[in-house]
Amino acid sequence: MRILQHRTFSGGVHPPQNKLTARLPIEDIVPPPMVVIPLQQHLGAPAEPVCQVGDMVKIGDKIGEAKGFVSVPCHASVSGTVKAVEPRLHPLGGKVLSVVIENDGKGEVSPSLVPDDGYLERSPDELRSRIREAGLAGMGGAAFPTHVKLSPPANKPIDTLIINGAECEPYLTSDHRLMLEHPREILAGVQVIVKILGCKRCFIAIEDNKPDAIETMRRAVAEGGYPYQVLPFRAKYPQGAEKQLIKAATGREVPRGGLPMDVGCLVHNVGTAKAIYEAVALRKPLVERVVTVTGAGVRSPKNLRVPLGTPFAHLFAQCGGLSEDAGKIIMGGPMMGIAQFSDEVPVIKGTSGVVVLSKAESKVPAPHPCIGCARCVDACPMKLVPTHIQTLVRHERFGMAKTYGLLDCIECGCCGFVCPAGIPFVHLMKYGKMKVYQLERAAGAKSA
Amino acid sequence: MEQERYLSASPHVSDGESIPKIMYGVVLALLPAAVGAVYFFGLKALWIILIASAAAIGSEAAVQAALHKRITIADGSALVTGILVAFNVPASVPLWMPALGAIFGIVVGKHAFGGLGYNPMNPALLGRAFLLASWPTHMTVFTAAPRGGSLSGIEPATISALGLDAVTQATPLKLLKGAREVLANSAVADPAKYADYAKAVNALYDSYGNLFWGKVGGCIGETSAFLLLVGALFLLYKRYIGWKIPFAYLGTVALLSWIFAGTDGLFSGKPLFHLLSGGVMLGAFYMATDMVTSPVTFRGRLLFGAGCGVITMIIRLIGGYPEGVCYSILLMNLTVPLLDRSTRPRILGEKK
Repeated sequence: MRILQHRTFSGGVHPPQNKLTARLPIEDIVPPPMVVIPLQQHLGAPAEPVCQVGDMVKIGDKIGEAKGFVSVPCHASVSGTVKAVEPRLHPLGGKVLSVVIENDGKGEVSPSLVPDDGYLERSPDELRSRIREAGLAGMGGAAFPTHVKLSPPANKPIDTLIINGAECEPYLTSDHRLMLEHPREILAGVQVIVKILGCKRCFIAIEDNKPDAIETMRRAVAEGGYPYQVLPFRAKYPQGAEKQLIKAATGREVPRGGLPMDVGCLVHNVGTAKAIYEAVALRKPLVERVVTVTGAGVRSPKNLRVPLGTPFAHLFAQCGGLSEDAGKIIMGGPMMGIAQFSDEVPVIKGTSGVVVLSKAESKVPAPHPCIGCARCVDACPMKLVPTHIQTLVRHERFGMAKTYGLLDCIECGCCGFVCPAGIPFVHLMKYGKMKVYQLERAAGAKSA
Repeated sequence: MEQERYLSASPHVSDGESIPKIMYGVVLALLPAAVGAVYFFGLKALWIILIASAAAIGSEAAVQAALHKRITIADGSALVTGILVAFNVPASVPLWMPALGAIFGIVVGKHAFGGLGYNPMNPALLGRAFLLASWPTHMTVFTAAPRGGSLSGIEPATISALGLDAVTQATPLKLLKGAREVLANSAVADPAKYADYAKAVNALYDSYGNLFWGKVGGCIGETSAFLLLVGALFLLYKRYIGWKIPFAYLGTVALLSWIFAGTDGLFSGKPLFHLLSGGVMLGAFYMATDMVTSPVTFRGRLLFGAGCGVITMIIRLIGGYPEGVCYSILLMNLTVPLLDRSTRPRILGEKK
């Protein structure tokens, strides 16, 4: 039986997969005439600009310097002239200081990109520093600086590396295509991570709705003689969520408020693994990524290799434009992605896809009061009682909401997906978390 | 720009369930039993169902109009309440009673607390409790025998053959209650009555078929376990109800009736009899499972169901009424906040 064969977690939902682009090979996009590169595309401190208006830049030139440890630099993704360094619309909301580069169309590459065949002989510190210099942040969506994850403290040894190729979000196929088209680069990146961490086992986790990817990765592992294990997981959302993946793969539970390293685990996305290989072996900074442009609102959905900073409007133009029926534009998948009010926002390091829903799909029902059906309780992969937390947040009882696990919420959206009353759960969770942090900061300031 | 109208927080997709879909699903599930009610108790049953439903919907609209609220009668929840009130009265009641019960349930049971989602107790059961407290004779004296059957569920032919007319003018639970009192005191009992009751109890235990199919007296919607189960299977399949509450409820009733409900000392009870008679099937699958008034946690639901079972059996065996489903669920409704709070599941990664 499939259930017994393939690992999974408890809870979760089965949204329609809509993987429209699963069979379409990755295409190189026609580079846009202009890119907008936000200096914050990662969690942590924003980078500081190290270029000025009028500067000539080449692909891979550093344009923003990391500020602090939890931060990464940014690089030019096209060659051309810096036109502006100013706040611009950001896909995560608001305006962020960004470098606008006019593409001269020459595609000149920075001379700093010198491949290094002997990269496996380099020390872990050297490898980490190359990864940081390349501006790597997790490419699965959350965009946490990669070098930070690769620097666990000495008292938290990592024994299990999990490479996340689950891609449980509906519609998105960028990781799927990467595994089919670049298995060797991914595994070379995995090798680098294993070397840095010195961990003893590595799982490559793929949902069983991608048998071709499982097959390809297994073959590549065998050909390369790697000691890694390719594990099929049940196709269920959110299989690719860090804590659920660790639980399913190892049976370990990341403690409340803790990190995967607390249970000796580390999770990296397949795209990040490939980028790590490019960073250490090719010395290539993170200047492009694969983006799935899809949904009923896109005339011809595609998997595109895109320079970072490409405006969404350019993506749509490369996919035959938006259809008459185009409704909501979402950065990321439909379960966790963020709705956009403008198509001027750029592709950033965490943009795994852009989904455009039809108008009918975009309509949100008016919320009703909770009728206590408990579907959210059954669906929650964190074993929370979402309906109680949302009630507490509405009543501004943030302390109690925290006791009930507000901060444990991973915002996967399963509760909102199944709610017959249309309660905006994730919105309330995010709002509640913000209030908890605000109150805790205020309390800290008072006691200090 | 066109897209400006389409902003919302994630998730941006849903599984398509809605409150009206669930409520009309419940209505659909109640339909077989409604048809059964009309078959067994005649057109009067149809009138009771129609009048209670109309009263529920009408009073909901009236309350919401009076309070200048959005009128939500289309969501189907008032209809469910109306049908359930109708199912909970005998066929012999005057027609104003189901109407009044439905109005009380909707106005006091539901909208006094803020409407759908905020009511602490099941409105239909509250409506029934109101009728039971106000007009106990109408609500507890059953006179309408089902088509082709008898009040007690014993075949009419058997009743006349054994000459049991005197003791079988009651529903099965009432008959058993009377019998237990007489049989437990054989020393003081009138010997003729004692023999009648002994025969009647045996005949009752041979009537499972009638109890299962619904050829027995009782409230119009509660008699046919079969038709109620058909609807319940649909609700379970659609996941509009879970297995936990009915399982815990029926399991507790079965266990307690086996231990305590016999006429021959401990462990002489007949679990199947207690499951098939009275309103326990209707209660376990359609009223204890009311989403609004039942717990949301796994253990909370099991405890809730078990509590309903315990109170039902206490009332049936010790209490003044032959049947205790209605009060058991209403009482357990009041424990829901406590149950939910004390049975919060262990969060992933939480140490207990």
